[in-house]
Amino acid sequence: MLHTRSTFTGFLLKTVGLLRNVGIPADRVVNHRPRASVCGSRSDRFDIFYDRISCLPVRFYSSIGAERHAAKTCDVDESRVLEFPGGTVTLTSEMNFMSESTVRIPCYQVLDDNGQPIARSFEQLSKELAVKMYSDMVTLQTMDTIFYEAQRQGRISFYLTSTGEEAITIGSAAALTNDDVIFPQYREPGVLIWRGFTLQEFANQCFGTEADYGKGRQMPIHYGTNKLNYFTVSSPIATQLPHAVGAAYSLKMDDKKACAVTYFGDGGTSEGDFHAALNFAAVMESPVIFICRNNGWAISTPTSEQFRSDGAVVRGIAYGIRSLRVDGNDALAVYHAVKAAREMCINEKRPILVEALTYRVGHHSTSDDSTKYRPSDEIEHWRMNRDPVTRFRKWIEINGWWSDVEEAELRSDVRKQLLDAIQVAEKAKKLPLANLFTDVYDELPSNLREQEESLRQALKKNPQDYPADIPI
Amino acid sequence: MAATLVRLSRGVSICRRSMSTFSGQDHVETTKGKRMNLFSAINQALHIALETDPRSYLFGEDVGFGGVFRCTTGLAERFGKQRVFNTPLCEQGIVGFGIGLAAMGNRAIAEIQFADYIFPAFDQIVNEAAKFRYRSGNQFNCGGLTIRSPYGAVGHGGHYHSQSPESFFCHVPGIKVVIPRSPLQAKGLLLASIRDPNPVVFFEPKWLYRQAVEEVPDHDYMLPLSEAEVIRQGSDITLVGWGAQLSVMEEACADAAKEGISCELIDLKTLIPWDKETVEASVRKTGRLLVSHEAPVTGGFGAEISAAIVERCFLRLEAPVARVCGLDTPFPLVYEPFYMPTKNKILEAIKSTINY
Ligand SMILES: Cc1ncc(C[n+]2csc(CCOP(=O)(O)OP(=O)(O)O)c2C)c(N)n1
Ligand SMILES: [Mg+2]
Repeated sequence: MLHTRSTFTGFLLKTVGLLRNVGIPADRVVNHRPRASVCGSRSDRFDIFYDRISCLPVRFYSSIGAERHAAKTCDVDESRVLEFPGGTVTLTSEMNFMSESTVRIPCYQVLDDNGQPIARSFEQLSKELAVKMYSDMVTLQTMDTIFYEAQRQGRISFYLTSTGEEAITIGSAAALTNDDVIFPQYREPGVLIWRGFTLQEFANQCFGTEADYGKGRQMPIHYGTNKLNYFTVSSPIATQLPHAVGAAYSLKMDDKKACAVTYFGDGGTSEGDFHAALNFAAVMESPVIFICRNNGWAISTPTSEQFRSDGAVVRGIAYGIRSLRVDGNDALAVYHAVKAAREMCINEKRPILVEALTYRVGHHSTSDDSTKYRPSDEIEHWRMNRDPVTRFRKWIEINGWWSDVEEAELRSDVRKQLLDAIQVAEKAKKLPLANLFTDVYDELPSNLREQEESLRQALKKNPQDYPADIPI
Repeated sequence: MAATLVRLSRGVSICRRSMSTFSGQDHVETTKGKRMNLFSAINQALHIALETDPRSYLFGEDVGFGGVFRCTTGLAERFGKQRVFNTPLCEQGIVGFGIGLAAMGNRAIAEIQFADYIFPAFDQIVNEAAKFRYRSGNQFNCGGLTIRSPYGAVGHGGHYHSQSPESFFCHVPGIKVVIPRSPLQAKGLLLASIRDPNPVVFFEPKWLYRQAVEEVPDHDYMLPLSEAEVIRQGSDITLVGWGAQLSVMEEACADAAKEGISCELIDLKTLIPWDKETVEASVRKTGRLLVSHEAPVTGGFGAEISAAIVERCFLRLEAPVARVCGLDTPFPLVYEPFYMPTKNKILEAIKSTINY
């Protein structure tokens, strides 16, 4: 499914070629060591227009694909044009329906499944950065295993893992700064781990303790922390996307060297809010990065029943957003992609879309049994052959930065921290009852004061009806 | 009026009633059935709907493999992927698609995975489905549309897997809102909703999907819409509710009886257009009214019932209408037991209404 080395380099050569055609100096767009490139043209004919009449909006990105082939066969008389809002449109006597794309957009990869670099050049990471990336992926993996188990034992009510998708959140978080504001879906605790959210803080939320920043009001995994610029998770799908666009606009107006970043799944791309957000971002020129985790499934719905486009990446392009597809199981590729995206986003004040191809190796959540609807060899294939954590480990081992001893130490250390965190959270108190009523508004209105009063009366009469672990 | 009570793990009782309590459904009495839970009864109704009308379709998120609550199990296999299918994750698309399908003379049975996620479809329901007939002078209608959605508390659902949004839809002329209380009711009311010539929003109490078990007749039967049912007769106070809340109210009635208070309990079943007459007749008899629902008290459907009954029975009322409802807060996770209109809150309200 993912592209081989030769296809990949072929893609790069083609895009670089196109850049020359449109007269954008290569160093302006390939301005960072990893090879990011911008396909500045929709097809050959537009390249020519760009040169000749310079009237095509510069922000018209696309990639090469079926359209280009189509354009070549079509007989275009370049002198006949229609001046139309948005730019000049060439007139043609040929009725030429643009083909629904069958050629899939290539996928940017740096490390192959064995952790061997396939890109000829990419920015080398410092040992420190690479080891932190790896450690954080292992931490996420271990946290998932232990919290999942805690749910199975009935100690928490719900859980949901990132298994198989560790490289997306950790790789992208590593490329951002803490000033970049995050609007998560729900499968992105990796970003929080990267930013220093402690295992105790995760446990506090999942157990709804008095130390939970969300005050025990939401289900487990609905993390949020203003200290780390991570907006609180909300279960409704895709609602966070337009928020990210608005927040990004604010960052732009305040001249901040930061962007907004929002994550979502393949399923999320079907919601109206996805489309609203992409269109707003393009029109408002909001510095926002849309990161789609295309993991093949939305609960039991495969992507073939979710959309018939070539994933999310082509929809970014359709809305006028510079877009890239990346191997989501390659932490290094995700890191480079998001680093480049961030630079363009902030320096050029524009949205970027990154579609990461990956696989949801775990069940949707603890409420789901995915063997009911997908073959177990599919899961096994991704778990065994394409695991992002293993791949990254191989690469740091090749670099001589990691050993079996360090591996064993890390895993047992994280495990121990987690068990401690769970113990603390299990013993911790819940917040007092008053917190049921606060924060509905900034101040308690009279209806809630009344309701609190009558609830306290009810409590006195029938204390046995109410959980004992909530201080009155 | 023999009602047997089944003790459930939730600590509440679900009413199991003899068939004879169902108004005007003579054939229900005579037929044998199987004991089953609420999701199986829904599944059976959907099976019958698809079987009896070749122009009926069933769709929604994850419906193909049986749905996240197993209500659609086996239906794609039985009726084919053309008639029972997954949709993209888009509620406005699901309802809009259903309206178009229904407008062409089909029965469109749309599932919204949780009532908490119905809001992206609000525009399609309120501005389109509800007004389709009226705005066209009855040239067009989408009466074949039924929107099913699980609603209500489950004990650990927090903000977004617990809400009871029925009152939003009760403010919309042109749609019907139906909520069943038990498996037998669910089957008959769902079939009636699917076959009703108006768009219906059908909320299923998800707490009862597995919990409520009763004997459900095998055959194809419908229970009338817009007809409330007196499920417990009494003389001192009338209680009105719907869906899962009825089992809590039933318990409160039983406890009140021990203290010598005789409660009449009414299942409204259809919230709009609702059966005022049955409620009015009961309140004329008892002189007192209590309404209970999980949704926040302010602007809940209890307010409408209260106002309508005060208009009709003002001089007969011996106490203010009592409302025992959810609080005016988002649905809270750890505070859920405090938020809920519990049996004892209802019992206290019964007593203070009697002693007013
Ligand atoms: C508006 C809305 N509709 C339905 C749901 C129920 N739901 C929760 S997760 C999910 C699937 C999401 O899939 P995707 O976006 O691909 O994310 P993934 O779980 O694969 O990470 C659905 C349908 C929801 N949370 N919100
Ligand atoms: Mg997905």
